[in-house]
Amino acid sequence: MKKVVRVAAGQGFWGDDLDAPRRQVEGGPVDYLMLDYLAEVTMSILQKQKERDPSLGYARDFVGAIESVLPAVVERGVKIIANAGGVNPPACAAAVKAVAEKNGAKGALRIGVVSGDDLLGRIDQLIAAGHPLANMETGEPLSLVRDRVLSANAYIGSEPIVEALGKGANVVITGRSTDTALTMAPLRHEFAWGAESWDQLAAGIVAGHIIECGAQCSGGNCLYDWRSIPDLANVGYPLVEAKPDGSFIVTKHPNTGGRVSVQTVSEQLVYEMGDPHSYITPDVIADFTTISVARDGDDRVLVTGIKGKPPTDKLKVSVAYRAGFKAVGTLVYAWPDALEKAQLADRILRQRLDRLGLRFERILSEFVGANATHGRLAGDQRKAPEVQLRFGVRGPDRAAVERFTREIAPLVLNGPPSVTGFAGGRPKVEEIVAYWPALIDKSVVKTKVDIIQ
Amino acid sequence: MKVRLVDIAHARSGDKGDTANVGVIALEPRWYQVLEEFVTCDRVAEHFRGMIEGAVDRYELPNLNALNFLLHGALDGGGTLSLKTDAQGKVYSTALLRMVIDVPDAEARRLDLPAAE
Repeated sequence: MKKVVRVAAGQGFWGDDLDAPRRQVEGGPVDYLMLDYLAEVTMSILQKQKERDPSLGYARDFVGAIESVLPAVVERGVKIIANAGGVNPPACAAAVKAVAEKNGAKGALRIGVVSGDDLLGRIDQLIAAGHPLANMETGEPLSLVRDRVLSANAYIGSEPIVEALGKGANVVITGRSTDTALTMAPLRHEFAWGAESWDQLAAGIVAGHIIECGAQCSGGNCLYDWRSIPDLANVGYPLVEAKPDGSFIVTKHPNTGGRVSVQTVSEQLVYEMGDPHSYITPDVIADFTTISVARDGDDRVLVTGIKGKPPTDKLKVSVAYRAGFKAVGTLVYAWPDALEKAQLADRILRQRLDRLGLRFERILSEFVGANATHGRLAGDQRKAPEVQLRFGVRGPDRAAVERFTREIAPLVLNGPPSVTGFAGGRPKVEEIVAYWPALIDKSVVKTKVDIIQ
Repeated sequence: MKVRLVDIAHARSGDKGDTANVGVIALEPRWYQVLEEFVTCDRVAEHFRGMIEGAVDRYELPNLNALNFLLHGALDGGGTLSLKTDAQGKVYSTALLRMVIDVPDAEARRLDLPAAE
């Protein structure tokens, strides 16, 4: 058994720095490269792509990432774990295999493909069998929006990834795995942690939580002493050096920018946190109030003491459904009296929409430069040198939202003065894909691992 | 003595549905007790009055010298439904740090708290 296992994070979301995966495998020793591509919005985009072309529906950036790290995989045995499969892990695996062959690495990859999280084709059968997939927040049954559902995926845990690694995979592709399982699974595999090693499993989850957002724990988006954080242009993505007992170091490769400190790690620990006593995952419930963080030299933070307890018998399901349309238009007003002019434009726009008989579920106007982010807490902004009116509407009727988009530009000539910033043209109408969080009995979700050579 | 939260804490925020979370972390470990005593649920609810629709929950993480607040109904529906600039609650963190708390002079001096200008 290895004494230390290094898991590096190379992607915090689909759209993250394309060069980060390569830099992570070339900048210093790593055993595993973990790539997290999936946010809730990503699944529905991928589902739409798959509907248009059955060979798509996965994070295509991953194919380029594999190409860039192929030498490390083939020559140095670095293993890759990614939830890049989206709603089509087999197609993702085929694309990865093809790119390996194109690069003369035919047969060098043993790809583990994890499936079983996709529940889209089973929804009606599940509802009929007594699984209402009720909304976790409102309690409403899924049948309410059933005809508008685009995708439905259960968040699955570490087990199928551990299984794939056990079968010798050096690339593991999953669909909707939890972000944290991508980091915990290789540790569980290497250290042979049992399914009831609660404290170690919880430690692996915490390690995953810290690095799953990439550089957000290594100096990116860090408020603490932000001016002093060096060379963000060359920011080092994080990695963990984990030990069998569950303790681990968070660090980054030498000669990279950014910073790993107690403060940068602590900010990431509280990010998107709910009840810290119960960070619920399919494998274990981690208690964030038991985490100890301490400095262990420059750009090294030691994390210890984590406690875990048994998970629930449910899995979280994320259902994406069509929920109407929205559009946001903007105009910029300049000094003097920028805010007052923008406020008048807002009133005029509302009157015109009203006169047109357009009805929306929601209209929201914000004054960027005055109150868009901090509301009334920002105080009196009547002296602001410029203010952007940001006006949004949302509703079920596409035509009404379309009509609204024609009402912004006229204000330039027939509204308050000193207005500019309309060069972007008419606002774009966007279809809203909303999320329906639900729970389902673990027993009905069966994951499967296929190995492709 | 008046103390600005931004002078004694740092913060990060995020979202879960229509709820924003704000983690507030003391800049010095000894200042955590000040956060725990003065940055109460009620105080935070009052701070954000009119800006959020739901209740405020608070959790303590003394191990990280941090408090975690959940601001329910803070994101205009949240996620993709929201029309807000800050639909994902990314900058509720610094909005909370605008808070000014009133600490008894003796305690403020003992803990060497920076006074608001």
